[in-house]
This record gives sequence, C-alpha cells and structure tokens, in this order.
Amino acid sequence: MNKRKLLAGPYLAIVLCGTIIPLLAILYYGFTDRAGQFTLANITAVTEPENAKALGLSLLLALICTVICLLLAYPIGLLLRRTKGEKKGLIIFVLILPMWMNFLLRTMAWKALLANTGVINAILEAVGLPGINIINTPAAVVLGMVYDFLPFMILPIYNVMIKIDNSLIEAAQDLGSNGFQVLTRIILPLSVPGIISGVTMVFVPAMTTFAISNILGGGKIYLIGNIIEQDFLMGLRQTGSGLSLVIMVFILISMALINKFDKNGEGSML
Amino acid sequence: MEKTIVELRNVSKSFDNEMVLDDLCLSVKENTFLTLLGPSGCGKTTTLRIVGGFTKPDTGIVLFEGKDITNLPPNKRHLNTVFQKYALFPNMTIGENIAYGLKISGKSKSYIEDKVKYALKLVNLDGFEKRDVSLLSGGQQQRVAIARAIVNEPKVLLLDEPLGALDLKLRQDMQYELIRLKNELGITFIYVTHDQEEALTMSDTVVVMNKGYIQQMGTPENIYNEPENAFVATFIGDSNILDGIMLEDRLVEILGVKFPCVDEGFGRNKPVDVVIRPEDVVLAQPGRGRMDGVVTHLIFKGVHYEMEVMAGGFEWLVQSTVCHPVGEEVSLDVDPFNIQIMNKPESEDEEAVPIDE
Repeated sequence: MNKRKLLAGPYLAIVLCGTIIPLLAILYYGFTDRAGQFTLANITAVTEPENAKALGLSLLLALICTVICLLLAYPIGLLLRRTKGEKKGLIIFVLILPMWMNFLLRTMAWKALLANTGVINAILEAVGLPGINIINTPAAVVLGMVYDFLPFMILPIYNVMIKIDNSLIEAAQDLGSNGFQVLTRIILPLSVPGIISGVTMVFVPAMTTFAISNILGGGKIYLIGNIIEQDFLMGLRQTGSGLSLVIMVFILISMALINKFDKNGEGSML
Repeated sequence: MEKTIVELRNVSKSFDNEMVLDDLCLSVKENTFLTLLGPSGCGKTTTLRIVGGFTKPDTGIVLFEGKDITNLPPNKRHLNTVFQKYALFPNMTIGENIAYGLKISGKSKSYIEDKVKYALKLVNLDGFEKRDVSLLSGGQQQRVAIARAIVNEPKVLLLDEPLGALDLKLRQDMQYELIRLKNELGITFIYVTHDQEEALTMSDTVVVMNKGYIQQMGTPENIYNEPENAFVATFIGDSNILDGIMLEDRLVEILGVKFPCVDEGFGRNKPVDVVIRPEDVVLAQPGRGRMDGVVTHLIFKGVHYEMEVMAGGFEWLVQSTVCHPVGEEVSLDVDPFNIQIMNKPESEDEEAVPIDE
C-alpha cells in the first residue's frame, strides 16, 4: 500500500464500522429468528396489513414531499442562475440558514406553529380567517418533510444551474427560441443530473423518516420508519431488520427508475 | 452603391459607469465581410452583442434593413451568431445541434434532414450527424457552430472571435474556409477579432476600434497603407512612428533631415506624426541614402531579415531580404509614397477620435 492510499484509511475505518458491519448485522438478523435459525418470516412481515399500509403511506408521502420540493426548488435554481455576486450568496445563505438549527428542534417548532391552538391559528383567528387543523395529519408530516429536506433539493439543482454556460442560453435565443423553449430544450435537459441528486437526497430520508411523523403526526401516523423504530425499541430486532431490508429494496428500485432519466450518470447515487 | 443592411446610430453603452461605446455610428453594407478589430476592451464584442440583441444600448438605435430593431429580442432577429466558445448544446448530437434553429421555426422533417446534411457538407463534416459534441476537436466544434448558424439562412452572420481558441495552422485553414463560405453563401459577415492579420486576410472592410471609438474604417489595404493615426499604425503591423515637422506641402523634416513625401494640406511648419513601415525603409551603402546609421540588431525571420538601425538618434525597425550584419554602417532612405503623415492627437483621449462618415 503506497502513501497516498493511506489517506483513505480513516474513511475506510468509518465505512467498515459505520456501514459494512451494521449492514451485515442487519442482514444476519433479517434472515434469522430469535433462535438464530434461518427464516424468511421477518421479510414476509411486510405483507401484514399494518406494515403494508405503513410502507404504502411512506412511499406516498415521500413521493408527495419530493414533488413539492422539486416544484419549490427548481424556480429558485432558475432564479439563482440569473442572480449575480453578493445577492446570490445572500439567497443561498438564507436558504441554508435553517440547517444550522437542530433538525428535531425545527420540527418541534412546526408542532407549536401548527397546533390547533398554536401560533398560526392565533394569527388567522385575529384577522378573522378560519383556522387550520392539520396537526397530526399526513399533511403536517409532509409539510415538515418539505421544510426539513428542501435544502437538499435546492443545493444540487443550484449546482448544476450555475454550471450552465450563459452562452448556451444565448445560442438558443439566437437560434430563435423564446424563453419557454430555452427552458424546456436547454436548461431542463442540462439540469437533469441535479434533479436526480436532489430527488435522491430528498426521497430517501423522507421514505425512512420516523422523527418527523412522530412529532407532527402525534403518534397517529405510522410510517414504515415508525414501525421499524418501534420494533427495535420493543426488542424485535429481527423483524425491524427484515423490514429495513425491504425498504432498502424499495429505495434501490426507486433509484434505478429515477436513474433511467440520467443518460450521463452525473447525478447518479448508485 | 450597395444596400446598407445593419446600421448603428449614435450607440452608447457603459457597464458599471465605465464607457464602453461612445456615440458609435457604423453602417454595414450588404454582402460584405466586415471585421471589427481592436485590443481587448475596445468595445468590439459589445458592438457585436448589440447587433445580436444580447446587450441593449443605453442610447442610440440599431437598424436592420432600415427597420429599428433596438428593442427586438435575439430570437426575433434575422441574424445568427457564432460564439467565441462555440456554445454547442452538450445534450444534443451534432445533427440535433444543427437542426435546432430549424426545429424551433417549425420546418418539416425532410427539409431539416436535407439542410443538416448540406450544412455539414459545407463545413467538411459529412456524416457527423449522429456523433457526440464532446468527442469533437476544437476546430470541428467550430465548424459545427458555424453550420448551426448558417443552416438558418441568416442575412447576417455574427462571429465573435470564432478562431481564438484554435492553434495557428488550424486558424489559417479556417480563415480560408470562412472566406470560401462567405462567397458561397453570399451573406454579410460581421467578424470580431483582435488579430490584425486575421482581419487583413479575410475582410472586405476593417473597422479599427479603440476605447469605444472607431479609429478608422476602410479596406485592409487602406488601413495598412494609410493609417489615420498613431494607434491604427501601431496596432496594424509593425511601424516606425516618428515626430516630424511638415515644412511645406510634400516635404517633411524627420530627425533633422528633409524627406520628400506626397502629402499636402497640413500647412507650414506643422508638427505631425510620421509612420514608416519597416519594409519600406531602403538600406544602401553609407552616404548613398538620406541618413547614415549603424545596424544594432539582426534577426532572421524566414521571409526576411529584421534589423534595427540606429540613425539620427532613433532606432529604426527595418525589414529587408538583404542581410546587413550588426555593426555594419548603412544609409537609409524612404520612397516618398511610403511616408504616411498624420495629424498629432490633440490630447490623450483624442487618440481615439470618432471618424467622420
């Protein structure tokens, strides 16, 4: 091993302890019963109505969250592409700012804001508008997810946007394209790698979260993440591991589908 | 008199309070190869971008075939641009790149196919339709960029230093290609470059610019042989620029020596700038010419020798096919036709005078 390879040493240690060993442990528990005998019961546990419903809801909410994040982030990316210098830095700073706060704390804040007697409803009431009752509903969970994961959509999209050379836009205009055609024929295709990175970075944590659904769902919204969390808390580490493996398969399938759009593989996470 | 196709009237533009173009007037005749030539920052690219519609002038108007197009966006203008960095769409094949403009304007599939084929043939890239842009060399990318522009049959083609990134040999080849293309297509070319040789080689009309002003506009021969001021003289080719006094019509005193010339109308005893091209200095045996001097430097340049001759307290740049070694005493003379007399600029800024139409 030469000296330069040694530089990868610390990282390899982390990967080994933090990824490979736990993964092997999950694989082991996922395919064994309490007696240590091989079984598929932990995997097939996903077909139990309660688990299947949670998985379905997780997929649905993660999908909705990803789509909303994309719809919010893309126009910001377009805006930032045209913004120059200091102003651009300021906008990025403001967008990243929430990430400086602890993620759980931010989610708790939404709980306080959205509560039936919370800040938002107090303001709405004061100006004579009807209140909103979305706390402890899937809508509140999606809102929390969008808020927490939006920067992960914005940053990769912003990154590809600023790399699109302005002369390409000018060339497209020069060849007769109007603003909409420039967007659909040039900017959109060229930003696909960023969209794919962003979708991956939002969809995966949204799919597996349990903290957001715990806090904003009031213990009534069961996502697959919550089920797994509970399994582990109750000492059912075999079932928890089995379900984790199932989610991993679902995520891998989703990513493979998304990556079909990426011809060049620049945004690929797999 | 040929028709004017593009005209800029009193166009001014500044960026961040810095004047880039000052009251510029320029008219481009149909079917000419016009080159905007000048050092970087002279306003040549800005001028081109104003014609293309990518930059809006602060004041003044742009006319295209007599119609005001000042506020028309680039996609509504009947001209196309070849960009400095080629700007090929990386998400499309070469064929798709070239077809882009035709697709946008809604041409039929068979028409587009034929045109793309024709355009590729024109730039010597037959059969490259399906290839990927990233696999092309710089010269090939440039050809694709040109094909992509001309396939739309623009009346005017704008070229922004298109050969800047190519190596010397390729650049020379492309210069001939461009002249051929222009003659084949019969359209107007407006070309921007800082390379004087390129400008002289290709253009019908050269516009020399500096500090946002047009310094001189004319044929390449005209610009080279009769520069109107010291800036043009130094920017176009090598030259000896000397202080002189116009004693009377057809007689100028340089470094205390009287030289007959062909210029008139400067008045008597008027200080002037004198431009003498190095290839126009004739060397003879000592005593035979007008001024005696000594050769101080000698470089072999291939086609000719380049020498510096110290005479009359001035280091003359001289080009000759005859070699005179360093230290040799020579005498120099200049044919009256080859002495170019120019008015001295009245101030630093006056170096950049707008010319009269």
